[in-house]
Amino acid sequence: MQELLWIFISALLINNFTLAYFLGLCPFLGVSGRLETAFRLGLANIFVMLITAVCAWGLNTYILPYAPYLRLISFIIVIASTVQFVEMAVKKLSPELFRALGIFLPLITTNCAILGLALFATNKGYGLVEGLFYALGAGGGVTLALVLLAGIREETKVLDIPKLIEGTALNLIIAGILSMAFMGFAGLFSAAG
Amino acid sequence: MNQPTTIERSRTAEEFLKGIWKENPVFVAVLGMCPTLAVTNTAINSLAMGLATTFVLVFSSLLVSSLRNAIPKQVRITTFIIIIATFVTVVDFMLAALVPQVHKELGAFIALIVVNCLILGRQEAFASKNNIKLALADALGMSLGFTFALLCIGVVREILGSGSLFNIPLFGSGFEPWVIMIMPPGGFFTLGFLLLFFNWLQKRRKARQESGRQSTQYEEAREFL
Repeated sequence: MQELLWIFISALLINNFTLAYFLGLCPFLGVSGRLETAFRLGLANIFVMLITAVCAWGLNTYILPYAPYLRLISFIIVIASTVQFVEMAVKKLSPELFRALGIFLPLITTNCAILGLALFATNKGYGLVEGLFYALGAGGGVTLALVLLAGIREETKVLDIPKLIEGTALNLIIAGILSMAFMGFAGLFSAAG
Repeated sequence: MNQPTTIERSRTAEEFLKGIWKENPVFVAVLGMCPTLAVTNTAINSLAMGLATTFVLVFSSLLVSSLRNAIPKQVRITTFIIIIATFVTVVDFMLAALVPQVHKELGAFIALIVVNCLILGRQEAFASKNNIKLALADALGMSLGFTFALLCIGVVREILGSGSLFNIPLFGSGFEPWVIMIMPPGGFFTLGFLLLFFNWLQKRRKARQESGRQSTQYEEAREFL
């Protein structure tokens, strides 16, 4: 149980997908203008990550030992079709959630955080339960980073910022400072022994 | 008659050149950020990543461009992704066999070239609509621009973060490396400041063009008088 907790915390804070591995930066910089949308995108991410973790585990255990060169291709096809399937299922089962996630659900296919999750989880040899906790932590970490950046960006809108630095340059520097703050979490592991 | 006309040749050259500077995928379009920041902690890693991306982009563009009339519109994105994933698999195995050290350092980020939005973007926006020659020029230009941008970031980060360039120490033993630059935050900071620099260049060019226009107007007015 403790090990599962560590996998979760490690993916959430210490090896944060966005701020330490630079995964899923496109939505991170693109749609973090508003807190509300950032949060929803984060939720959609967690959702797809959980499903991907199960699929990646299944593929890795039952099919890939026979054809290792199919790893990338099969992962990407599975992710693309999962996203499509999830979109249809959510639309049918819970129109409310579908409306809340909106355009972000289909866009997730090209999000490197999802493929990154599948690759990292199988590289580390995680089983099904471990993979699920890893996905939960990673998704939570992406959401956390998105919400933090969106919150800061909402504040900077009312500030008097030089025209030159506005936009991506400023966002990257804010992200750098956030990333520096998250480096502090690396101490968690050594503190626990 | 087989010689390409001047117009054709200049179009090819233009498609090639635009990716390097005017539409640089990293500094202007801000595409393909994950590899840009994740692997640029040393100049060698940046170069390897740039070359791997070049290989994938050039061959995917060639294939997509030659198949552009055969791919049905409805499934084009899926087709592109599968073509890209195939070439990424090739590059992944190739690097593992040729330069295991670099392959180990880049790790999963080689595989992540599949979801580099730059590559899919070029297939959708260019290769699927143009002939093979133009697609090749575009792919080469874009990947050169991408490699150039990666090298810029990698060189800055390696010099500041470990005081060396391509593993050759630059400073004496008195140099205290700025370790944060080779850690994740350094990637964000370096790219942020480089973008700032490019914004400044662009703004200055625009200002100069405008002042130039004003002065010609002024001269015209004087001649008129």
